[in-house]
Amino acid sequence: MNTSPNHFADPSDADTLSRLRDRLGLNHFADPSDADTLSRLRDRLGLAAETEGLLDVAYTTIDSPVGTLLLAATPKGLVRVAYEIEDHDRVLDTLTQRISPRVLRAPRRLDAVARELGEYFSRQRRAFDLPLDLSLSRGFRQLVQQHLPEIGYGQTRTYRQVAELVGNPGAVRAVGTACATNPLPVVVPCHRVLRADGTPGGYVGGPAAKQALLRLEAAA
Amino acid sequence: MKQPFEKVVAEHGGTVLRVCRVIVGVHDAEDAWSETFLAAMRAYPDLPDDANAEAWLVTIAHRKAIDVLRARKRQPAPVGELPEVPTALGLPGSADGDLWQAVAALPDKQRQAVAYHYVAGLAYAEIAEILGGTTDAARRAAADGIKNLRKNYPGAATEGVPS
Repeated sequence: MNTSPNHFADPSDADTLSRLRDRLGLNHFADPSDADTLSRLRDRLGLAAETEGLLDVAYTTIDSPVGTLLLAATPKGLVRVAYEIEDHDRVLDTLTQRISPRVLRAPRRLDAVARELGEYFSRQRRAFDLPLDLSLSRGFRQLVQQHLPEIGYGQTRTYRQVAELVGNPGAVRAVGTACATNPLPVVVPCHRVLRADGTPGGYVGGPAAKQALLRLEAAA
Repeated sequence: MKQPFEKVVAEHGGTVLRVCRVIVGVHDAEDAWSETFLAAMRAYPDLPDDANAEAWLVTIAHRKAIDVLRARKRQPAPVGELPEVPTALGLPGSADGDLWQAVAALPDKQRQAVAYHYVAGLAYAEIAEILGGTTDAARRAAADGIKNLRKNYPGAATEGVPS
């Protein structure tokens, strides 16, 4: 914007300004002490927003054997687990449109989720004990997603079997869609649903991630 | 399309911190920053999608800074203490206590106009909306502020002027 010194006829004015900015640290966007201050202030903002009831969506990212996972939670519970190939920026945009623009990176709300996922990936945990917010899916898809945790650790079902499980045996294709649009992969185990011929079928995190999870559970 | 608030903080957090430092001084800048972003987060869902986020944040920071300055005036000044010691606060060029004092000594309007134009990069029309008054008055306040800084901060005008 209008910060360039050439607005000033007098060159010493321009010099004053650039010196002013330099001396006040105004040009040092990458200054390490500013970065520290800002990271501390952002942490503080996350805590204050939580206290004030303004933190509609808190998120964090964790490393996992299937890549970086984005975890997001509303005050009701875990609302989204996203693989890197889903594009985390796009996922945050969707949360902004669908839930609320009050979205902050605030890891504290995700502490329990991160801990349980860590245990799962190190084969210390076979089921998740977390409040879930399924508000990103509706109707039949949500119904399927509610039933998926009934498929136990290390077990698999076909899309047809899941259709029967939810009492709608003709809805095989719709079960496939419900799995493909699962907003909570890993935690809601759509990776345990396979094709009738035993091949893995598609997966929101890509076929390699699906196979990695199936191998992890088979080895336990 | 609206951005996640996290993006707003990431993009403008640094500028707002610098504006707060100039307006209320290094000591109170962090409180002013926190108040600004908490208020902004509260109001964010109602901000029009095409609004200038930086001008909006500076407007909030302006109000929060006035609160901070008022609260400070209500408290009796500690006797014998130097105003705004910028050293030991980890600022770049923090040996430059003279300049911070020169900035702190500016009349409020001039200091605000300088901060909003030269630090936040707002246009004078936007600054006029924040300060009240005309665009010309905002431009004059910034120019007077710079003039005063040159007068009261001798280091500014003497070194490094291209000859």
